[in-house]
Amino acid sequence: MTAETAGEPAWRGIATEEVDEVSAPLAALLRRRSRTLLTDLMRPWWRRVAAIGAAVTVASLCLLAGPWLIGVAIDDGVPPVLHGGNVVPLLRIAAVLAVTVGVQAVATRRFVTMTGEVGQAVVLDLRRRLFRHVLALPVAFHESYTSGRVISRQTSDIEAISNLFEEGLDSLVSAALTLGLVGTGMMLLDWRLGLVALAGFVPLTWLTAWFRRESATAYRRIRETNSLVIVHFVETFGGISAVQAFRREKRNFQIYSELSRDYAKASTKAARLIAVYAPGIGITGNVITGIVLLYGGYLVLDGSVKVGVLASFLLYLERFFDPLQDVSQFYNSFQAAASALEKISGVLEEEPSVAEPAAPLALPSASGAEHAGAEGAGAEHAGRRVRFESVRFAYREAVVLPGLDLDVPAGQTVALVGETGAGKTTIARLLARFYDPLSGRVTLDGVDLRSLPDPVLRSEVVLITQENFLFSGSVADNIRLGRPSATDLEVEAAARAIGAHDFIAALPSGYATGVGKRGGRLSAGQRQLVSFARAFIAAPGVLVLDEATALLDIPSERLVQSALRTVLAGRTAVVIAHRLSTVAIADRILVLRSGEIVEDGPPDELMGGSGEYADLHARWAASLA
Amino acid sequence: MVSSAPVAALWRLRSYLRPYRFQLITMLVLALAATSAEFVVPLIIKAVIDGPIARHQRGALLPLGAAAIALGAAFSVMNLVRRWIQGVAVADIEKAIRDDLYAHLQRLEPAFHDGWQSGQLLSRSTTDLSSIRRFAGFGIVFLVTSVYQFAAVVTLLTRMNWWLGLATGAMFVPVLAFCLRFEHSYKVLSRRVQDQEGDLTTLVEEAAAGVRVLKALGRAPEAAIRHAAQARLVRDTQVAKARLLGGFWSVLDLIPNIAIAMILVLGTLAVSHHALTLGGLVAFITLALQLVWPIEALGYILASGEEAATAAQRVLEIFDTPPTIHSPERIEAPVPAPSASIRSAEKAPAPAPAPAPAPAPAPASAPARHIGYLRFEHASFRYPGATEPVLRDIDLRVARGETLVLAGATGCGKTTLLRLVPRLADVTGGRVTLGGTDVRDIPLPELRTAVGCAFEEATLFSASVRENVTFGAERASEEEVEAALTAAQARFAYDLPWGLDTRIGEQGMALSGGQRQRVALARAILARPDVLILDDPLSALDTRTEERVTAALHSVLAGTTALVVAHRPSTVALADRVALLSGGVIAAVGTHRSLLASVPAYRDLMTMEGVRS
Repeated sequence: MTAETAGEPAWRGIATEEVDEVSAPLAALLRRRSRTLLTDLMRPWWRRVAAIGAAVTVASLCLLAGPWLIGVAIDDGVPPVLHGGNVVPLLRIAAVLAVTVGVQAVATRRFVTMTGEVGQAVVLDLRRRLFRHVLALPVAFHESYTSGRVISRQTSDIEAISNLFEEGLDSLVSAALTLGLVGTGMMLLDWRLGLVALAGFVPLTWLTAWFRRESATAYRRIRETNSLVIVHFVETFGGISAVQAFRREKRNFQIYSELSRDYAKASTKAARLIAVYAPGIGITGNVITGIVLLYGGYLVLDGSVKVGVLASFLLYLERFFDPLQDVSQFYNSFQAAASALEKISGVLEEEPSVAEPAAPLALPSASGAEHAGAEGAGAEHAGRRVRFESVRFAYREAVVLPGLDLDVPAGQTVALVGETGAGKTTIARLLARFYDPLSGRVTLDGVDLRSLPDPVLRSEVVLITQENFLFSGSVADNIRLGRPSATDLEVEAAARAIGAHDFIAALPSGYATGVGKRGGRLSAGQRQLVSFARAFIAAPGVLVLDEATALLDIPSERLVQSALRTVLAGRTAVVIAHRLSTVAIADRILVLRSGEIVEDGPPDELMGGSGEYADLHARWAASLA
Repeated sequence: MVSSAPVAALWRLRSYLRPYRFQLITMLVLALAATSAEFVVPLIIKAVIDGPIARHQRGALLPLGAAAIALGAAFSVMNLVRRWIQGVAVADIEKAIRDDLYAHLQRLEPAFHDGWQSGQLLSRSTTDLSSIRRFAGFGIVFLVTSVYQFAAVVTLLTRMNWWLGLATGAMFVPVLAFCLRFEHSYKVLSRRVQDQEGDLTTLVEEAAAGVRVLKALGRAPEAAIRHAAQARLVRDTQVAKARLLGGFWSVLDLIPNIAIAMILVLGTLAVSHHALTLGGLVAFITLALQLVWPIEALGYILASGEEAATAAQRVLEIFDTPPTIHSPERIEAPVPAPSASIRSAEKAPAPAPAPAPAPAPAPASAPARHIGYLRFEHASFRYPGATEPVLRDIDLRVARGETLVLAGATGCGKTTLLRLVPRLADVTGGRVTLGGTDVRDIPLPELRTAVGCAFEEATLFSASVRENVTFGAERASEEEVEAALTAAQARFAYDLPWGLDTRIGEQGMALSGGQRQRVALARAILARPDVLILDDPLSALDTRTEERVTAALHSVLAGTTALVVAHRPSTVALADRVALLSGGVIAAVGTHRSLLASVPAYRDLMTMEGVRS
């Protein structure tokens, strides 16, 4: 394990997170990956980027002209006034100064505005890419990459990049440009004084290298400790009932206070780095200014430098070292953005393993292809024929299906029965193409699922699980998710068919009632009824139910049970349930063990036999009594 | 509920600054000294140009140059010391408020937390505290120094040349108004971005949590369109912010530069009339540039002060909410709550809460309780704001060692009834007694030690399995932990990559719903409570595992008073007696068989007959 994980308090336990400290070649790879992504994102904007470059150059040149013009005014504009009252040269110089000031204001404005526009366009592009990409990634990805991480990639990481554009990048660019231009300007004005000024860079380079190195660790520590504080906070108050019920408050406070102290320490450490760095730059600048004043004074006395040139130098030095302070301030946001980009580019690099077909095939227009809406899901709808042909599947090394052959004729309802781990859910997920088989194929009316375009597949095969997730919005919105074009009447008809109409009508605003955060306003059973209505209105040719009734209480299950007959009529269906009441409505039962079919037949026949199903049924009947 | 005016709110937080008053005063003194050093340097430049250079006195140059170097160095060292002190003090002040806020929030009852959006409390303890920290650390110091610097520089300029000095000072005054207006508009836009990003986050969170549904229904394109529309709103506001910023910076550059052009012309005229020296002119320009910073800083500080004041108000809103569920008054711990110093500024709206972490001294004459005898006496419960009570006149007794199963349709209030026992909610009428004592008269820690729970939503924390299981029983031995895990059929925990040291919860290994329930159950068992409250704790288990857990529970429950909510006949099998809750009242009590035989509503709830026939 990494030093960081090893240093964690014992109560947190050990996590399965990947290694945090990266080796040098890996770091180089990460940087290259981020750079590729960045280049790709910036490509559409290269003209604007060039314009930004032009604007910032003009602004910096104008900024540079100020002290120089003041020096010229002192040497060439002031004497004529003093000696003959001729104000023309002075006014001419002042006019040029006024023009540069005006140009500088306009150029600065354009520079800042355009940086914002381009930056935010890039952020928008990145947000959209990431959102689409995450949804396109296979279910297997989402199982190993927790939703919390998916969310933080799309929120805090994107915000770190946005922050860089918002407050860091423009300062960084103009600071770098100012340094270069002012340095050159000073050398041209007088090389001896210029060398003295540039000598300041010797300690500054060293100081900045030190700061960069130290602050990289310090700011990472801040982010880490801060996120632990936040996570602990969110967990505590997300589960406050459990916390209070188990008198966890004291222990929690100990932990929080410890994490909070680590965060405070990390903040202090970073503040101290700046406390040394910023005055360090200041001291260099001030000492250099003093030396220039002294040495320049001697040069003026010797007559080799004019007093105006010395004034220009002193004014230049005022703004020469200051930008370095900006660089140090924004180094933090730069770093946060760089590490965010590394993580985001990693997610974007994940291949959607369930890829769109290169040469999509159409499904034969089967008898049930014309969906006449929710009510039309009647007998004339025959469903699709489903076949598994020597399908092999494994999660990493664990083989779940060694070679499954299964033929479900159109319109048949098949129930899968078997112990946890027998492969039931895998069959459901292969049929919904959440995964692709390692070998063999799954076909719909003879067409390999891999050859079907996603929209066609999704309108033909719908999987319902006990994860009855509802999205914020109204009940009607959630049902309509099954078919966005459905009318209000169709939505209601679907709810009636499922038996959900009564409870929906009893809600404060009926179908328009908001379901609350994650459907929290409805009970688990009610949420499941809504998700059934959602599948019903989608009117797919094949319906897959994976433990869909597991969370229902008996009255709701009875409702769903009656509804299922309506829903499954004239549709091919694969049903997985531990409750045999759900299984009882099947035309055919398959008993699975270790990925293989051990019993196959109509329920009555199996029940009468002496196999596993008969045994299961007997236990179930006993549990009801 | 707004507790006080924003500035008054900020003032109430001063108690947190008190321990650091010496540091704050030192910071202020150092900042003022450093500022003074800063405007002395241009005066030295003036002396050099007007003295040694104008009069060709080589010898006088060295002391002046040395003075400039020394002053510049001293100025930076003072800044270093100030920042060093500031870094420690400010982080510690923030930590103190953050910890107190957390402790207070932990004392507030679950109903309070239900009423808040998840991100709201967090943003008060992070974003708002940062605003307060920034103002406490930088704001106060810079407020004083920037006013001082502006006044001092204008005074110096006026002394060099009174009319040019006043004219220069006057040019900068409108800049302050401009800065304030900018800060205000900028804040409005920043708030808007925050809100819009909040909405965008909701979409992202829903898509992440509901990704399987979106995929199963093929609705990813629709979700992407909604997301893109919201992301565009964020972009638009961010661009508006950039435009505002562009305008601001350009004006902030423009004004001082125009002032300098003016000084250059008018100053030269003054030099020609011997009203100013040449060195004075150079010093004048250098000093005028020093006016930019205090003005800009003032605009920023005033805005951040306003922000900090609003933040203080939002934080105090939480501190001012007293817990409604707390230990009985008479055993009130003498230790004041951490927030007492804040509260004292105002009349406390309710009796101060007992600090949960403080061990409550047992009442001198604690009545001997027959712990384990649970009774609901005419108990009723109504949600705040609701017109109809959820539970009405509940009369129910669970004898010592008895297991009573509570059955009833979804949403009939079974969970609410259970929550009244460990006082996660309080009755609104009647009472709940434990061993004959009203639960509200039992000190909370004692009550919650006596009552153990497992809920349907099994809450696990990002900690090791061991930490999660020993939640209510920190001193449990290895054998006891193993026994509890075995009883709950949670031995799978030993097969996790690091065994019981494996981190679970949101930040660790993902467990299935059934696994989570079993770990939570093991936790409830290990705590060995007198009364066990189980809310449908087996709902996510498959039939066979459920059978095994039920069998194990039978022996665990022997001798324990238990109140169990069940939806399934299989769980009902645990019961000595069953109570049917319907329409907020106890409709029937009896054994499973007798209720099946005599109560149609119960039959309806527990059998699938309607379908099979």
